Amino acid sequence: MGNIDLTALSPFMILMTAPVVIMLAIAFRRSHGLTFALALGAVILAFLSLLYSHSASPYNVTPLLVIDGYALFFSGFILLAGFFTILLSYDYLKIHGESREEFYILFLTALLGSIVLVSAVHFASFFLGLEILSVSLYTLIAYQRMNELCIEAGIKYLVLAAFSSAFLVFGMTLIYAEAGTMEFSRMAVQLTAAGGIRPVFLAGTILIIVGIGFKLAIVPFHMWVADVYEGAPAPVTAFIATVSKGAVFAILLRYFIYIDMPRGNPIVIFLICVAVVSMFAGNLLALFQDNVKRLLAYSSIAHMGYLLVAFLASGKLRVTAVVFYLVSYFITTIGAFGVVTVMSGKERDADRLDDYRGLFFRRPWLAGIFTAMLLSLAGIPMTAGFIGKFYVVAAGVNSVLWIPVLSLVVASAIGLFYYLRVLIVMYTPPPGLAEAAGHSMSAMSAMPMGTLALAVLIFLLLWIGLYPGPVLEVITAMSTFD
Amino acid sequence: MILFWILIIPLAGGLLAWVAGSRGPYAARKNKLISRWISLISLAVDMVLVVCLWLGEPRTVLPAGEAWIAEMSQPWLPALGVSFHLAMDGISLLLVLLTVFLGMTAVISSWSEIERNVGFFHFNLMATLTGIIGVFIAVDLFLFFSFWELMLVPMYFLIAFWGHEKRLYAAVKFFIFTQLSGLLMLVAILGLYFIHGSVTGTYTFDYFKLLGTPMASSIALLLMLGFLAAFLVKLPAVPLHTWLPDAHTEAPTAGSVILAGLLLKTGGYGLLRFAVPLFPGAAKDLAVFAMAIGVIGIIYGAVLAFAQTDLKRLVAYTSISHMGFVLLGIFAWNEIALQGVVIQMLCHGISTGALFILAGALQERIHTREMQRMGGLWAVVPRLGGTWVFFALASLGLPGMGNFIGEFLVLLGLYRVSVPMTVLAALGLVVSTVYAVWMIQKALFGINREGWRIPDLEAREITVMGAMIAMILWLGLYPQPYLNTAREGLASLQKITRLTMQAGPVQLTDQVTDPSTGPSKYPSTTSGGTDGKH
Repeated sequence: MGNIDLTALSPFMILMTAPVVIMLAIAFRRSHGLTFALALGAVILAFLSLLYSHSASPYNVTPLLVIDGYALFFSGFILLAGFFTILLSYDYLKIHGESREEFYILFLTALLGSIVLVSAVHFASFFLGLEILSVSLYTLIAYQRMNELCIEAGIKYLVLAAFSSAFLVFGMTLIYAEAGTMEFSRMAVQLTAAGGIRPVFLAGTILIIVGIGFKLAIVPFHMWVADVYEGAPAPVTAFIATVSKGAVFAILLRYFIYIDMPRGNPIVIFLICVAVVSMFAGNLLALFQDNVKRLLAYSSIAHMGYLLVAFLASGKLRVTAVVFYLVSYFITTIGAFGVVTVMSGKERDADRLDDYRGLFFRRPWLAGIFTAMLLSLAGIPMTAGFIGKFYVVAAGVNSVLWIPVLSLVVASAIGLFYYLRVLIVMYTPPPGLAEAAGHSMSAMSAMPMGTLALAVLIFLLLWIGLYPGPVLEVITAMSTFD
Repeated sequence: MILFWILIIPLAGGLLAWVAGSRGPYAARKNKLISRWISLISLAVDMVLVVCLWLGEPRTVLPAGEAWIAEMSQPWLPALGVSFHLAMDGISLLLVLLTVFLGMTAVISSWSEIERNVGFFHFNLMATLTGIIGVFIAVDLFLFFSFWELMLVPMYFLIAFWGHEKRLYAAVKFFIFTQLSGLLMLVAILGLYFIHGSVTGTYTFDYFKLLGTPMASSIALLLMLGFLAAFLVKLPAVPLHTWLPDAHTEAPTAGSVILAGLLLKTGGYGLLRFAVPLFPGAAKDLAVFAMAIGVIGIIYGAVLAFAQTDLKRLVAYTSISHMGFVLLGIFAWNEIALQGVVIQMLCHGISTGALFILAGALQERIHTREMQRMGGLWAVVPRLGGTWVFFALASLGLPGMGNFIGEFLVLLGLYRVSVPMTVLAALGLVVSTVYAVWMIQKALFGINREGWRIPDLEAREITVMGAMIAMILWLGLYPQPYLNTAREGLASLQKITRLTMQAGPVQLTDQVTDPSTGPSKYPSTTSGGTDGKH
C-alpha cells in the first residue's frame, strides 16, 4: 500500500477510526452530546476527505475498490444523508432515553458499509459492504429494545436480509463458476469473449437481482418494507429508505454498466415487469393507508419502480437520470421522515395520520415543509422531485420504453391521491385548537437539530427544483464512466 | 423584462398578503383587510403594466418575430436546452389582461366570503394567477409545463380548504384529472424534444425552434394526442369533462371565477398556441373528430345545464357548452373562426365569472344554491336580479354583448369548413336560450315561497359588476381593438401551420419517416430563431 492508496482510502479510514474513537470515548465518559459531536465530526471529516481522495481518482485500490467520480459522488451524498440523519437522531435519542451513545457507532459503520458498496467493483467487496451495512442496520432497527414493534421489525429485517444475502451469494457463485472471475471488468471481458450471456450467467444475475431486490424492496420482494418502516425509529427509517437503498442501487447500476444487457434480454424483460408492478403495487397499497410511515414505505416501493425505468434506459441520460432521481429522492425522503421525527413524542413515533390533523394550525412551518416534501414525492414543479421525475420520463422516452413510461404516468396519478390525503389532513382544523397549540410549543424547542436539518433540506429541495443547473453539472461530470 | 415583472408581481403580492394576513390562525380583522388590499393593489399594478404594454407604440421587432409584443429569455438549464423564455403576442396579451381583470374581481368578490386563513387564501389565489399568466406567456415547453402544473396546486388548495360541502372529493378529482393529463403532455413534449434533437442535432424545448419539426404523421398523431389529453381535459371537451361540474360547484366564489374564467382558457390557449401549430398535419387529420366533440359538447352541456337544480352546477355546465365553440373555432382554423375563439374566450371568462360571483353573492345571503328554494328574488334584490338577467342574456348570446360576437364569428368561420357542423352548433344556441331563460325564471321570478328578506348588492359588488358589464358591452359593441390586437398573432400562427404543411407534405402524408430530409427548410418558417435577447 503506497501513499496514493492511503489518499484514496482516506474517507474509509476516517469512518473506520471514528467508531473506535467513539467507543473509547464512551468508555471514559458517557455523554450524549460528546458522542454526537464526535460522530458528526467524523462524517464531516469523511466528507471533506472526499475532496482529498478526489485528487487521486480515478484509482483502483486493489482489485476490490475503485475510487472514481461515481464512487466519490455517491459517497458524498451518502455522507450528506448520514449527516442529516445524525442530526435527526440526536433529537430523537434525546427523548428516547437509555444508552444513546452506541447508536452513533452503528450509524458510522452503516455509513462505512454504504461507501464500500458504492466503490465496489468486485464481488468480495460488494458482499462485504452489503454485510457491514446490513449488520449495522439489524441493530439500529431494533435499537429501542423495549418496544415490541421495534423488535419485530428488527427480526423481520434480520431474517429477510440474511435470506436475501444467501440468494446474492449463490448468484455470485454461479457467475464465478461461469466467468472464473469476481471482478466486474474482467467479467465483462469474459462475456464478450463468450459471445453473449450464457444460461448460468443469466441465472446468477437473476439471483443477484433477487438479493438486491429485497434490499430495494421492489415487488415481489417488498413484504418486509412496511413493517420495518413502521417499527424502526424514525431516523433509522429515513436511513434505510435512503442510504441503504441508494447504495445498493448504485452498485446495481455499476454492475449493469459493466455487464451490458441487450434489449429483449430476459433480465431486461424481468426488470420491466418488476418496475411496472412495483409502481402500481406501491401506489395502490398506499392509497388507504392510515399510518404515515407505512404510507411512505409503500410510496418508496413505487419510487423504486420509477427509478428502475431510468435504470432500464440506455444512453447518456441513464446514469444522470438515476443519480438525479436518487438525489431528489434522498432529500425528499429524509425530509419527510425528518418531519415524522420532529413530530414524534416519547411514547411512540408520530405515524398515525391523526397526529397530523390540523398541523398547519399548530405548526405552520412544519406543515409547510411536509407539504413541500409530499409535493416533491408527487413530482410537482418547483421541487426537486419534479426534476427527478422529469429526468426519469425523459430517459424512458429517449429509450422508447413506452410501457414503463406510461405506467409511470398512470401510477403517479394514482399516487397523487394519497399524498393529497395527507395534505388535506394537515390543513383541516382540529377540534381543540388552543389546547394543541400549547402542547406543540414545548415539543418544538426540544428539536433544535431536527429543525436545523429540515431547514437545510427544504432549502435544497427548492433550490434543486428551481435551479438544478449546478447540481446537474456535478452529476454529469461525476457520473461519467471511462 | 416587463414580462418577468408581470409574472412575478402577483406572486410577490400573494406572499406579502400571506405574511400580512397570518398572525395566528384566526388573525385580527385588520390583518385580513391588509391582506386583501395587498392582493388587490398588486393586481392593479400588474394591470397597469399590461395596459401599458397594450397601448405602448411603436413596437420594435423582437427576435421572436413581428407578431410579438414583448419577450425575455434567460438560460435556465442549458444542459437540457431549457431557457426561461417568455414572450407575449396579441393573444397572450388579451388573455393576461383577462387574467388580471378576473383576478381583481375574484379578490373583491371574496372580500366578505372568506373569513378563515385569509392570508393563505390570498397567497393561493395569487399563486394560481401567477401560474396562469405563466402559461399564457411561456414559450419554452419545459417552462410552459412547469406553469401548467404549478397552477394546479394552489387551485387544489383553494377548492379543498375554502370550498363547499363536497370539496375534498371535488378537489382530488380535479387534481388527478388534470395531473394525469398533464403528465401525458409531458411525455409528448419529451417525445417532440427527442425527435427534434435527433433530426436537427439541437436539443431544445424552445417553442420557436420546435415548430415545424419534421416527423412521420403517425408519430405526429401520437404526440398530438398527448397534448390534446392535457388541453381537452382543461377545456373541457365532453368525455373528459366530469371533473368540471364538481370542481366549479364546490369551489369558493373566487375559485369558481378563476376555474371557469381562466383555467378553461388555458386549455383553449394551449390548443391554439401549441397543439395545432406544432402538429398541423395531425390537427388536420383530427379536425373532424375534434369538431364533432365540440358540437357534442355544445349540445350536451346545454342540455345538462337545463337539467340542473344547483345554480353553480348549472353555470358549470354552460361552460362546457360554451367551450365547445372554442374547440370548433380552433379546429376550423381560419381567420374569422380564430378571431371568434379569442373573443369567445374573453367573453366567456367575464360572463361566466360574473355569474359565479352572483351565485356566490346569493349563496352568501341565502346559504343555498338550490334553485328550487329560490324564486321571487327579483322584487327583493332588484340590483342583483338585474345584473343576473344581463349576464344570463350575455351567456345565451344576445346581440350587443360580447358572447354574441364570439359565437357568431366562430360559426361564420366554421361555415366555410363544414356546413353540417355549423347547423348543429347553432342548435346549441337555441338550447342555451332555454336554460338561460329557465334559470332566470326559476330563481328570480315566481313566488317568494321561502319569504327571503336579504340585502341587495352592496357598493363593492356593484363596482365589480359594473366593470364586468362594461367589458361585455365593449366587447359586444366595439370589439375592433381586441380583434386588432389578436390579429397579428393569429395570422402568424396560421402562417406557421401553412408553411409547415407546405414544407413537409412528404412527412405529413407518408407513413415512412426519413428524418434526414427536410430539416433545413424549417428555421426560416418560424419567423426566425430566438436566442437570449430581451
